[in-house]
Amino acid sequence: MMGRSRSRREISLRTREALHGYGFILIWIVGFLLFTLLPLSETFHYSLNQVSVTATHIHLDFVEWANYSRALFTDPNFVELLVGYTVETLVSVPIVLIFAMSIALFLNLKFRLKGLFRVIFFLPIVITSGPVIKELTAQGVASAPGIANIPAVVDFLAQLPRALRSPVEYLLTSFILILWFSGVQILIYLASLQKIDKSIYEAAAIDGASGWEIFWKIILPSLSMATLLNAIYTIVTLSHFSENRVIRYIYNQTYDVRGGIGYASAMAFIYFGVMVILLAAVYFFLMQWAKRESK
Amino acid sequence: MTRIIHHPTTDRLRSILFGSRAHRGVVFTIALYALLVAIGFVYLQPLLFMFITSIKSPGDLLNPMVQWVPTELYLGNYARSFRVLNYPQTLLASVLISVAPSLLQTLVASVVGYGLARYRFWGKPIVFLLLLITFIIPPQNTVIPQMLTYRNLGLLGSPLALILPALLGQGYRSAIFILIFYQSFVSLPKVLEESARLDGATDLRIFIAIAMPSALPAYIVSFIFSTVWYWNETFLTTIFLEGGVTTLPMQLSRFAQAYENLYPPGVVSIFERLNEAVKMSGTFLNILPLLVMYFVLQRWFVESVEMTGITGE
Repeated sequence: MMGRSRSRREISLRTREALHGYGFILIWIVGFLLFTLLPLSETFHYSLNQVSVTATHIHLDFVEWANYSRALFTDPNFVELLVGYTVETLVSVPIVLIFAMSIALFLNLKFRLKGLFRVIFFLPIVITSGPVIKELTAQGVASAPGIANIPAVVDFLAQLPRALRSPVEYLLTSFILILWFSGVQILIYLASLQKIDKSIYEAAAIDGASGWEIFWKIILPSLSMATLLNAIYTIVTLSHFSENRVIRYIYNQTYDVRGGIGYASAMAFIYFGVMVILLAAVYFFLMQWAKRESK
Repeated sequence: MTRIIHHPTTDRLRSILFGSRAHRGVVFTIALYALLVAIGFVYLQPLLFMFITSIKSPGDLLNPMVQWVPTELYLGNYARSFRVLNYPQTLLASVLISVAPSLLQTLVASVVGYGLARYRFWGKPIVFLLLLITFIIPPQNTVIPQMLTYRNLGLLGSPLALILPALLGQGYRSAIFILIFYQSFVSLPKVLEESARLDGATDLRIFIAIAMPSALPAYIVSFIFSTVWYWNETFLTTIFLEGGVTTLPMQLSRFAQAYENLYPPGVVSIFERLNEAVKMSGTFLNILPLLVMYFVLQRWFVESVEMTGITGE
C-alpha cells in the first residue's frame, strides 16, 4: 500500500518536472514550428511547383519533380557549382582545422607579447562578413601573394589532371581567405587545450616522452571532440556564407524570369542534401579517427 | 671529439640554443616568434592595406612609387564615403538591427538552455536533434515563405522581421547560444536551487534569482557574439529589410551604385570618380565600429569559451 502511493507520488513528481521543463522550452518549440518547420515545408511545396508571385497572391502550378530534374540534368551551371562547392569545402576544412589547431597550440604556450598575438589572431571573428571579404578579394589581398601567377606554377597547374587542378588552384588563390574563417575554431581548440590536466604532461615528460610523442599520444586524442565540433562549424559557416557561389546562384535564380521561386527552392533542397551528405561523411570519418585514437 | 661535444661550455651553449626540460631554447623561441609574426601579418596586412589605401589621394593612387607610405594624409575619401554610406543613419540602423535581436536571442536562449539542462522530460534528444537541424539548414530553405508572409503582414523592411524569430528562439545561430547556456547551466552546482525549492520558491523565481546571475559570463559572451554575427549577417538582412531599414553592410554592398548616384561619373571631375581609395575607406568605415568594440571588449572574446565551456565533454 505504502509503496504504491509512493510510486504514484513519484510519477506525479516526474510529470510535474517534465511539465515545468516543457514550460521553459515551449517558446522554442513554438518558434521552431512557426519559423523553421512551416517555412521549410512551404519551401518544399514550392519546389514541386511552378511559382509565380503577383502583387496580391501566389500562384502555384504543380509540376512534380520537374524543378529537381531541371536543376540536376538541364541546368548547365548548377551541378558544376555544386561540385565546385564540394571540392572547395573538402579542401578548406582540413586547412582550417590544422591551422586553427597549430595557432591554438602556440597560444597555449607561455611567451612574451602573447596578449598582443591573441588579439590579432581573433580579429577574423569580428571582421569576416560577406561585403568585407568581397572587397578584400576584389583587391587581391585574399590570395597567397602572387603565387598563382608565377610562370612555373602556371606550368605546373597545366600539367595536373583536371580533377586535381581545380582543388590545387583553389588552394593557391584562396589560401589566405580560408585562414580568415578560422577565428572561432581557434577559440574552441584553445579552450579544449586548457582543459587538459597539466600533470599528464609532466608525468609523460618524466617517463621520457618527447614533445612530439606528447602531441600525438596525449594532446591530439584529447582534441578529438573539439575537432569534430570545429569541422561541423566550419562546414556550416562556409556553406551559409553569403558570398558562397551556390548561394549567390540560387538567390539570383529566385528573381530571374526563367528561374523563379519554385526552381530556386528545388535547388535549395538539393544544396541542403549535398551539405548534409558532406557533414555526415566528415562526421563518420572523424568519429572513426577518434575511435582509433582512443584505443 | 667526444670531449668537445660534452664539454660543459658546449652543453650550456646547446641548452641555450635548443632548450632543455626547464626552458625553451633560443632557436625554438626565434622560430616561434617568426611564425607568429608571419601569421599575424597575414591577418593585419589586408587591414593595413585597406587603411593605407583609404588615405591615399588620387595622385598617390596613380603614382607607382607610392606603395605603403602615402605622401600626404588625404581624408577626402572618408568625407565622400561618409556621405555615400549615409553614415550616421546606417550606423544607427546597424546598431539597432544587431543589438535588439541579440538581446532577445540571448535571453530566450538562456531560458531554453536552462529548461534543457535542469529538467528531465521525454523527447529531449529529439529537441537536441532539431536544434542541430536549425543550425545546419541553409537560410535559403526557409527564407522565401517567411519573406512572403512578412510581405502580407506588412512587416517587410521593419526591424520586427528580424526581432520576431529571435524572440522565439529562432534567431541567427540561436542553436549555438542555446547550447552555450545548456553547457553553463549543466555544470552549475544544484545545491542552491534545491534549497530555494525547499523554501517554496517557484521555478521561474529560481531561474531569475539564482540561475541567471550565476551564468553571467555566458550572457555576456552570447550577447557579444550574437551582436557581431547579426552585424555581419547580410543575406537575411538584405531580404527582410530591403526597402525599409538600411544597415551599414547593406549600404556597403551597393556602394558603387550609391556613389554614382551622388557623384555622377559624367559630371564630377576625374579626381572625384569612384576609385580604390574611396572603396577602401567605405569598407574601413564599415568595420570600424566592430574594431572599436573588439579592442574594448577583447578580454571577453579571448576568455569567452573557457568561461562558458562550450566545448563540452
